Amino acid sequence: MSRFERQHILTGFGMEAQQKLQNASVLVIGSGGLGCPVLVYLAAAGVGKIGILDGDVVSLSNLNRQVLFGENDIGKAKAVVAADYFRKKYSEIEILEITEFITTANALEIMSEYDLIIDGTDNFSTRYLVNDACVLLKKPLVFGAIYEHEGQIMVFNSAKAGGTNYRDLYPNPPAASEIPNCNETGVLGVLPGIIGVMMATEAIKVLTGYAESLENKILFFNSLNYQTYTIDFNSDSELKKLIPDSFESFREKDYSLSCETIPSVDWEFALSQLNSDSIIVDIREASEMPKLQRAEVVYLPISRLLQESKSLLASGEVFLFCQSGIRSLKAVAELQKVLPGKSIYSIKGGIAAFLSTQKESNRYGN
Amino acid sequence: METKEQKITVMAFGMIAEKIGAGQIQLSGISTIEDLQTTLFDQFPDLKNLKFSIAVNKQLVSGNQTIPEGSEIALLPPFSGG
Repeated sequence: MSRFERQHILTGFGMEAQQKLQNASVLVIGSGGLGCPVLVYLAAAGVGKIGILDGDVVSLSNLNRQVLFGENDIGKAKAVVAADYFRKKYSEIEILEITEFITTANALEIMSEYDLIIDGTDNFSTRYLVNDACVLLKKPLVFGAIYEHEGQIMVFNSAKAGGTNYRDLYPNPPAASEIPNCNETGVLGVLPGIIGVMMATEAIKVLTGYAESLENKILFFNSLNYQTYTIDFNSDSELKKLIPDSFESFREKDYSLSCETIPSVDWEFALSQLNSDSIIVDIREASEMPKLQRAEVVYLPISRLLQESKSLLASGEVFLFCQSGIRSLKAVAELQKVLPGKSIYSIKGGIAAFLSTQKESNRYGN
Repeated sequence: METKEQKITVMAFGMIAEKIGAGQIQLSGISTIEDLQTTLFDQFPDLKNLKFSIAVNKQLVSGNQTIPEGSEIALLPPFSGG
């Protein structure tokens, strides 16, 4: 009797489908609200190899929905905690943790090792990056995203003729100003719980073919009233032009969201300016992790930025950063109103981008 | 047939539904996508700042397509939360 006995005897599924799961490899990008339930059910179902990619560490406010983590995991790498959990639970599946954020430098190499990709990330830049990489690599992609009480799920299969991708529905990302801040949108754990399990369901459908998946569709789900709404769409050859057409051009593309009127710089530039009288300001709330391990960082949460802006007067250039680069753009706009004439910049991609560049230089031995 | 009487249903999701104040509204006098956008932006100016895709009768559309009488339109914002 195997632990998959109940799947072997399930009508429409059976041992052949189970074998397909066993032979399959899935990369789950993002081990957060969506990633955790996806992982739980893909591992339970017996996917043979599961990659868990996340560069983040567990923080207190994650615990209402990131169900693989508890109080004793705060500060630890999410991918490591998740991988350890599954290894202790199941002996026959291979689990790999990748403690990095996905970037143009690592995406193609990492993703090429897997049969199917799951997007459980939490920001548009990464979602477009993952989408484009899947198109280039011809990998099927299960996409899920949430907003308050609603979720959306899509399945893209670029390996198939006429297969759609994310840009066929949403050609370009919204402007940074339209996007709610990552720490300000509320959520009940049950919502990503439901959407994540639906994503796992879709992944199993694609890997085994036991039922028709949501390919070339988007399903909206509302957890308040259980209404669902499904739209069909087709691939658009004109929109393909938005996607880099070679590995080289993908690696060179800048996926960070910018705001045309807000000056933003990358970490390399901001850090290179620290020898003068410029300052780097962490505008996140005190509980947000991880901290930038540099003595020169000034902590000034965005909630107090305007009241305490005078403290920035004495410095030269001011570089603001947040978690993912959205709030810092908004903060620059606010500060410019009270400190006109001061050189204020947003650092692209926030602390997430900084950690990615660290990983990159460690990888290549710089 | 009077096009002014042409009624359509508009379904809204996510932040769009928040700005409109409802998940579903009825509009009349709309026969093209451009009509729809003009009317929506008139009644709900906040929508001008939001990106969303549009479906007619559960099929994604682009460009200034004709909207048949009695159609069901859906305004589809992208979500990014995870």
